[in-house]
Amino acid sequence: MIWGVLQFPGSCDERDALHACSLLGEARLIWHEERDLSGVDAVVVPGGFSYGDYLRAGAIARFSPAMEAVAEHAEAGRPVLGICNGFQVLCEADLLPGALLRNEELRFVCRQAELVNAGGGRFSIPVKHGEGRFWAPEETLDEIEAKDQVAYRYAPNQNPNGSLRDIAGVTNEAGNVLGLMPHPEHAVDPLTGSSDGLKVFEALAGTRV
Amino acid sequence: MLIRPKEGILDPQGKAVERALPALGFEGVEHVRVGRMVELEAEDPERLAELCEKLLANPLIEDYEIQTL
Repeated sequence: MIWGVLQFPGSCDERDALHACSLLGEARLIWHEERDLSGVDAVVVPGGFSYGDYLRAGAIARFSPAMEAVAEHAEAGRPVLGICNGFQVLCEADLLPGALLRNEELRFVCRQAELVNAGGGRFSIPVKHGEGRFWAPEETLDEIEAKDQVAYRYAPNQNPNGSLRDIAGVTNEAGNVLGLMPHPEHAVDPLTGSSDGLKVFEALAGTRV
Repeated sequence: MLIRPKEGILDPQGKAVERALPALGFEGVEHVRVGRMVELEAEDPERLAELCEKLLANPLIEDYEIQTL
């Protein structure tokens, strides 16, 4: 499997994402001005502060040439993974439901978090963000729960940011686009505390049509 | 353009400002909400709403208001 990791001015987690992907296949960086994703099976939109996060996190990155290509890639049913700022970009681009708002306590949080997936599996993965409070209108929340689009929740009493219904990660309706605030790319080696992050990449890779 | 968080969405920034005011002697101030203002010069004011919808505001979470001078 060939993974493409986007890089915007202001991205900062693309190297770890590249490393994580290289453990599962071939991985290469894609500069934000590139428009061609041919040959790439799965795309990762990494964390960081794309275009300085000016205006709103992810608001400007969504108009980059690479994101146009990502939208087509997603439309074709191919896997797309947005991590942290990448999740914000995918929401701004309307590829995922909802929005990420300033953390409830206004503080940047940086710590290990316990996540639970839809099947009840638990994952230990770090979070580090200032704007990670998942928000969507009540009817949207009901809808994405009914359609099994809530991929990850923070474990009970572990919600670090005030996300509604403890939501940490969601997919699109088709299931091939996944966004989450925690950082699976920072949890791929027991040396750094956990290798649970690899399972997130593997789960997404498995969605390939 | 004035852009502010939609009614009903928790605005922690506004809350923090609200909590700080009594310490400075400003009593009786409630419902503080912090948004932002964007100033610009446009040749075609007709397109400003579209500009707000597409970039300056996120219509899911923010309301906007356009004032032309």
